[in-house]
Amino acid sequence: MAEFTRAESAGGRAFGRVIVYGLLVLVAIYYLMPLIVMLTTSVKSLEEIRAGNLVALPTSITFDAWSKAWGTACTGADCSGLKGNFWASMNFVLPAVVISTLIGAFNGYVLTLWRFKGSDALFTIMLVGCFIPFQVVLLPMAQTLGWLGLANTTPGLVFVHVVYGLAFTTLFFRNFYVSVPEEMVKAARIDGADFFTIFWRIILPLSPPIIVVCVIWQFTQIWNDFLFGVVFSGGERQPITVALNNLVNTSTGVKEYNVDMAAAIIAALPTLFVYVVAGKYFVRGLTAGSVKG
Amino acid sequence: MGALSIRNVVKRYGNVTILKSINLEVRDGEFVILVGPSGCGKSTLLNMIAGLDTVSEGEIAIGGRVVNDLPPKDRDIAMVFQSYALYPTMNVRENILFGLRIRKATPPQMEEALARVAKTLQMEHLLDRKPSQLSGGQRQRVAMGRALARDPALFLFDEPLSNLDAKLRVDMRTEIKLLHDRVKTTIVYVTHDQIEAMTLGDRIVVMKDGEVRQVGSPQEVYDDPADLFVAGFIGSPSMNFIRCTVESRDGRLGVGLHDGTGTFFVPAPPSITGLSERAGREVILGIRPEQITDKDPYAGANPHSIEQSARIEVVQPTGPDTLVLIRLNGTPVTCRVHPGANPKASQPLGLTFDLSKVVFFDPATEKRIR
Amino acid sequence: MDDAAPMPRRSALDSLEAALPKIVLGPSLLVSLIFVYGFIAWTAILSFTKSRMLPNYEFVGLYQYVTLFENERWWVALKNLCVFGGLFIFSCLAVGLILAILLDQKIRAEGWLRSIYLYPMALSFIVTGTAWKWILNPGLGVERVVQQLGFPGFTFDWLVNPQMSIYAVVIAGAWQSSGFVMALFLAGLRGIDDSIIKAAQVDGASMPRIYWSIIIPTLRPVFFSAVMILAHIAIKSFDLVMALTGGGPGFSSDLPATFMYAFGFTRNQVGLGAASAMMMLATVVAVIVPLMYSEVRRHRRG
Repeated sequence: MAEFTRAESAGGRAFGRVIVYGLLVLVAIYYLMPLIVMLTTSVKSLEEIRAGNLVALPTSITFDAWSKAWGTACTGADCSGLKGNFWASMNFVLPAVVISTLIGAFNGYVLTLWRFKGSDALFTIMLVGCFIPFQVVLLPMAQTLGWLGLANTTPGLVFVHVVYGLAFTTLFFRNFYVSVPEEMVKAARIDGADFFTIFWRIILPLSPPIIVVCVIWQFTQIWNDFLFGVVFSGGERQPITVALNNLVNTSTGVKEYNVDMAAAIIAALPTLFVYVVAGKYFVRGLTAGSVKG
Repeated sequence: MGALSIRNVVKRYGNVTILKSINLEVRDGEFVILVGPSGCGKSTLLNMIAGLDTVSEGEIAIGGRVVNDLPPKDRDIAMVFQSYALYPTMNVRENILFGLRIRKATPPQMEEALARVAKTLQMEHLLDRKPSQLSGGQRQRVAMGRALARDPALFLFDEPLSNLDAKLRVDMRTEIKLLHDRVKTTIVYVTHDQIEAMTLGDRIVVMKDGEVRQVGSPQEVYDDPADLFVAGFIGSPSMNFIRCTVESRDGRLGVGLHDGTGTFFVPAPPSITGLSERAGREVILGIRPEQITDKDPYAGANPHSIEQSARIEVVQPTGPDTLVLIRLNGTPVTCRVHPGANPKASQPLGLTFDLSKVVFFDPATEKRIR
Repeated sequence: MDDAAPMPRRSALDSLEAALPKIVLGPSLLVSLIFVYGFIAWTAILSFTKSRMLPNYEFVGLYQYVTLFENERWWVALKNLCVFGGLFIFSCLAVGLILAILLDQKIRAEGWLRSIYLYPMALSFIVTGTAWKWILNPGLGVERVVQQLGFPGFTFDWLVNPQMSIYAVVIAGAWQSSGFVMALFLAGLRGIDDSIIKAAQVDGASMPRIYWSIIIPTLRPVFFSAVMILAHIAIKSFDLVMALTGGGPGFSSDLPATFMYAFGFTRNQVGLGAASAMMMLATVVAVIVPLMYSEVRRHRRG
């Protein structure tokens, strides 16, 4: 914490403040601009878009583009909008988030409070999963999913996201449980509680902050994922990011920018919603997952 | 039923030996303190008694039953930790009853235990609070309550007062002592604080480097230390150690001390026969600060004392006593004098050396010369 | 005390209890060994085979790597990675640091501003790419806005200009990630002990001087993590390019990640795709290992 302008004269200080605020607001406008452009474009008519100006406010508001993006727009060969993909995404994102968080919690619990010889080395081994570029596992995974009969299925996507999310969820919980005193586990053992009892009755009730962080992180990551989605899924069960990309890049017919923007906002809504209601935890996850990792 | 036997117990981590063949017998109802500097193995030993750490060699028996392979929950013990280790999401009542609930106690049993514990520790009004709403002393009391609730055969305390501030520590010390008088359960208590050890224990076990250096009552350990380490560790301010040479004068064995102006002879108690073979060799003289005081005109003549004046270097009033530092054989020596003696730095002060309790150590082995 | 009761046997349940932590961790470890380490090895093996549409385990030595480095498109992808990675990391660091310092001046509404700078991080790169594709649209996007402001000769055609398309990716990437770097730096700034700054002020240092000589050097660990994360994002970048330019025009904005996808999945050149994936892994290792090493060594010395 330091103030740039503290040592200056009163006049200079006021001037400095104006500059600082001015810069900050300008940058804020720049950051907001794409979102505003998306919103305004999505409620303009196509004629207005063609005739008008990117940053101009709409003269009349229409939600036709939204209903088209949701219900009838073509994503490749299929012309039923994004609604199917939206629910398909929910269908694999939610189980993947729940499963990977739960396993991460158990792993973190073992790695901090039930350490055994070599457990730190095992953690390091698992941590490598955070660093690899996933391209390096795509080809074998595609083949393995085929063998398992999971190619292009919802369980297949859940599986892939759980497998490659584990390193992160384990890291989150480990770093959180490190601050739990080991004496608490000792006390509980002397009180007669066993491994699972201690977890359910004592450790888990402590964990809501990190559970929220982990769930938000995983939800954002998995919902926004494109790579696994485009490689490991097909047809109507494609995740919404893949469908959005297909919709935007479909070259047939007239380019409907308003539909593109409505579709993009639909795809962004769940994570934006999470950001708005739980931004504090979102930021905490970002910094925890990266600074320590 | 709460007796504890530790027989030839060894603890190794890989090639490192943490505890080297510990032997200790604790009688039922006894209050025993394990004391020593950090790293001496006292907490490891306690964890092994609790079953939180495995025994590499030897046997631990509680109430006549060898417990080496029993998990903590089956050892009939309870433990109080330095960090209190209260379950933060449970209130005081749930914390106290957790162990009973895990053991499937009946509601009337739990009611009875809660009432007993709350009354013993006077915390009826705290039962619905969460640990975060309690002060340090209250948390410590809840931690003890949790241990009391199950009425175990053996209590283990792991530095329970170390997180408390100085005043509270004194109060809690009294409370623990009263508690023991009331419940009469065997207690093994680990601390690094020698005052806690002295004030609380029936017996003190002084440990260093994975070994037991001395076992005895507080007064025994204080008056009759086994070696240089114990002598220096127990007592505050600690014992003065002065390197000197054994001489014989007028048929008496003793040592010579010089204070910068002159040399004087300090005769040793005749009971210390071990000095005779060390004439002309170096030994370490141990003398406690309270054995060097100002001349008390009202005291009767002590046959085992000498009087000597010395130049004062530093004066440190503590209130009831004033500590003054003099220099003997080049070593700073602390003396405890009455404030009325009005000592002044850089001035000489007449001092009485009580020699009846001085001790000597071999500089090589650091053992007592008896 | 020799009348001790016979030693109670450790029950089967107790030994199970002792093994539980390992049993719980086991599956995750196994998953990691198979699906991370095993699959990396598998990809490595594939890269030494002549696999095309389907894996084919006939070994051809370094053939795929030779082919890879004879491929003009791969060189474009590598060059783009350097341009994109360099500019992306630099601009995110610069913008992030400046924003963090400005936000640290006891700003009113700091929370609001911070939320605005950071929200792009909640979006998918696909959404970001879609939005910027529209904003940078030659004809209807920024180009027309500036023309209507009275510069009729203004052109802004980076998206369709093979020389410039990769810079368009930089713009969108920096927009999305710089707020995140800001958050990292802000956390770092908040962690600095106030008394250091007070001491420097008492010594008579000016505020810019204090920032330059004291505060920014103490943020070194934050720079380290930020560079590591940004480099990681840059090397993995796939979605953004796919949504913004699709790698085009032509393959002028290809990155290794899009190259790998194109050859490994759409063009049925599995061996070549595997080789390019291995090169990506090598790049990550080449960036992260020295960074980590220098940081760890610094810690040891410090």
